[in-house]
Amino acid sequence: MIDIKKYVDYLRQYDGPCMNICEVCGSHTAAIAKNGIKSILSPKISLISGPGCPVCVTPSSYIDRLIDLSLKEGYTIVTFGDLMKVPGSKASISSSKWQGVKSVMVYSPLDVISLAVNNPEEKYVFAAIGFETTTPVYALLLQQLISQNICNVKLLTALKTMPPAIEKMCKSGSPIHGFIAPGHVSVITGSNIYQPISSKYNIPFGVAGFTGEDLIIAIYGIVKARGMGKVMNFYPRVVTEKGNIKAQEMMAKYFEICDACWRGLGNIPVSGLKLKEQYSFYDAGSYGLDEDIKINKMCSCDKVLTGFFKPKDCTLFGKACTPENPQGACMVSEEGSCHTAYVNGENI
Amino acid sequence: MCVALPGKIISIDNGIAVVDFNGNKVNAATGLVDVKAGDYCLVHAGCILQKVDETEALDLIDLMEEVKAFS
Repeated sequence: MIDIKKYVDYLRQYDGPCMNICEVCGSHTAAIAKNGIKSILSPKISLISGPGCPVCVTPSSYIDRLIDLSLKEGYTIVTFGDLMKVPGSKASISSSKWQGVKSVMVYSPLDVISLAVNNPEEKYVFAAIGFETTTPVYALLLQQLISQNICNVKLLTALKTMPPAIEKMCKSGSPIHGFIAPGHVSVITGSNIYQPISSKYNIPFGVAGFTGEDLIIAIYGIVKARGMGKVMNFYPRVVTEKGNIKAQEMMAKYFEICDACWRGLGNIPVSGLKLKEQYSFYDAGSYGLDEDIKINKMCSCDKVLTGFFKPKDCTLFGKACTPENPQGACMVSEEGSCHTAYVNGENI
Repeated sequence: MCVALPGKIISIDNGIAVVDFNGNKVNAATGLVDVKAGDYCLVHAGCILQKVDETEALDLIDLMEEVKAFS
């Protein structure tokens, strides 16, 4: 049995060197707010939200392409709900409905199968965004589309992998002394995937779950391991060193590595996944999606996503940019750092 | 977006599991992991990502002892 109180006391009373810890994953950002974790930390420990919300890092050109596709006769886009309000260069999917944009919101990528079977004349484009957590689900979708000979579903891909983005943050001089590694990405990849970066930059990684207790013990471990190239798995109930091999094999069967454009981080070599050539029939045109135009020039999503700004440091935060009228992706997603900060009343 | 929740598998039929989340029963595909009825599992976007290891507490206690020794 873990005695959580002694870890809370340690974090509350910590008086060592300042520790900036980046929670990479957007679900962690939301869980930290929900559990009031920041309120128990010593002023010498800061949590910084990283680029681990797939919706937040999807560039505007991708949204523009989705809108263009949905305006074609006989096309419907299928997407997770979070993506609907993300601004493209001119508008979001939801604000373009008056133009005739056709979109369906789903819980699972696999839901598109019944849509496609029941409406064989319609062409469905799935907005396939996500990290290593979700990519295996797209692989499973492709397997089922092929086995059932369903030809009216295509994917518009903007799939990304976390380690290259984390390494870019380390290289860029972000003031970070430790990472809370994304728990559900790690379920697929395994915790060993962070070891090369951890060793190279002498930065500790703690793989964490999503309860308050999970986060407290991970932050404690990262603080204790300051300056060490050590990967610690605080989420062993679902994360192993090697991850889900079957899911990795499924991903490797259908997808291959490519460069990818991240909102705020720009183009990062080998940080994306695209459909392999032999499955290009299922690609809805996922090329050249490397432009990111701000809908509002004052938007600071890029600085927020890389740890240089806290949401309150953006001049738009809580004023021109709110969840009802988001100017940037970090305010759109329920797991975006600006959205989380806003709904929790942080320094508005 | 990477939200995933643990639940208990009630039954499996043709690659689709019925998973119980505190009384709410939801369908989830089993194609990414070998599971059987009675297993606890982690579900993301309509798909089972992993089995939940019910003996994790022991691993965690060992790790916390190791961390405690860091200066």
